Amino acid sequence: MMGSLAVIWAIGRKDLLLEIRNKDVVVAVAGFALLVLVIFTFAIDLNQDNAELVGPGVLWAGIAFAGVTGLNRAFALEVEGSTLEALMLAPISRDLIYLGKALGNFLFIAVAQIIVIPVFAVLFNLVVFRWEMLAISLLTTIGFSAVGTLFAAMSVRVRAREVMLPLLFLPVVTPLLMAAVESTSHMVYGRSWSDMAQWLQLAVAFDVAFLVVSAFIFQHILED
Amino acid sequence: MPAVVSQATQLAVKADAVVKNFGETAVLRGLDLELPTGEVTVLLGSNGAGKSTFLRILAMLTQIDSGSVSMHGVDITENGPSVRALTGSVLHAPMLYADMTVRENLLFFAEMYRLQNVEDLIAGTIQRVGIEPRLDHRVRTLSHGFQKRVALARALMHDPQMLLLDEPESGLDSESVAQLDSIIADYKSAGRTVVMTTHIVEHALEIADRAVVLNNGTVGLNSTKPSSDKAEILAAYSSKANDQ
Repeated sequence: MMGSLAVIWAIGRKDLLLEIRNKDVVVAVAGFALLVLVIFTFAIDLNQDNAELVGPGVLWAGIAFAGVTGLNRAFALEVEGSTLEALMLAPISRDLIYLGKALGNFLFIAVAQIIVIPVFAVLFNLVVFRWEMLAISLLTTIGFSAVGTLFAAMSVRVRAREVMLPLLFLPVVTPLLMAAVESTSHMVYGRSWSDMAQWLQLAVAFDVAFLVVSAFIFQHILED
Repeated sequence: MPAVVSQATQLAVKADAVVKNFGETAVLRGLDLELPTGEVTVLLGSNGAGKSTFLRILAMLTQIDSGSVSMHGVDITENGPSVRALTGSVLHAPMLYADMTVRENLLFFAEMYRLQNVEDLIAGTIQRVGIEPRLDHRVRTLSHGFQKRVALARALMHDPQMLLLDEPESGLDSESVAQLDSIIADYKSAGRTVVMTTHIVEHALEIADRAVVLNNGTVGLNSTKPSSDKAEILAAYSSKANDQ
């Protein structure tokens, strides 16, 4: 067990090290999401009422679209250098590779959110620095990473992968996106944990189901 | 029962009726091959003969469509991770993280192989392949030849039972080729197995114990005396090349 966790952590840490050096993914994800936020701030005549109404949707749509950009890049790097094959040569089960790559993607999207969410709070004048927001962010990022890592692996060898990934990813994460938007809405309206419980439960169920199913499917995707 | 086990473990590789297709293209068409432990085998054949595909099957990067392959008596399709620990592979691409240093790459792969005493292992391996001065250089800054040496270090680090080399001499200067020959000789003297492909046929026949010429996805010629059967092997190899 500890050995498996060490392998997963090593893959995630390696991705983080490469990202710190290249800044490919976090800059793309954060930049894209910030752009979406700024465009909507100009497009909508924001006041306190409509900020609470549309803000959560804009935030999570921005992060979801931007996440696709980053997920594409994270796997493309492994394929361009044939390093995915080097991982496949190692005597570790394929699901550990999946979980390690998902951990890397989780870290990228989480770092991007650390940049994006404070900007969102300022632009939309909403109080988001709450434990509820931390829980929503964590659950949503786990789900995005779980699904995104699987579909990025599926689409990475396809010529039109930039088109293929969002076509696969966005419909599947719709329930998670709904849970994130609804929970965030409850939070900005100042409602209690119990009001958003059903949406958080949906997010937990989504994360568990997709982590398990994706880890199983991933090993078949890697084979020729 | 012990006799069967003993016989099986003497064979490093046993391939039975292996078929591999890529779409409509048949690459291996019922390939049968037995390679004893402790031999250096060179796989020869023209482009598309199936050499690299067979090597990738042994490395467990490519799945077979039918037939069976075992290594040291263990079916590779049933025992993935444990069989992968038996092999070290250097394939066409160096398969290294270009923006990590040589040391960082080797440390990372040591973790993937769950190795102990990693610093000592790395020190020993880089000395063996002659890359000590480049240990803290990023892989991106190294020449192709040095990248290939780092790939070789990665393949050797876990001291595998079998070394799989796909055209290992490509991009190497004469000094590096001599070093590679010495590593192969060391491996053989330690009772380990080497399976390699090459297009530098004459040189390969000097160092090999066995030469296998693949023809249209099957074994066209299997010689256990490659240096004395040189003329026959070269003729078989050339005729296949000319067929293309």
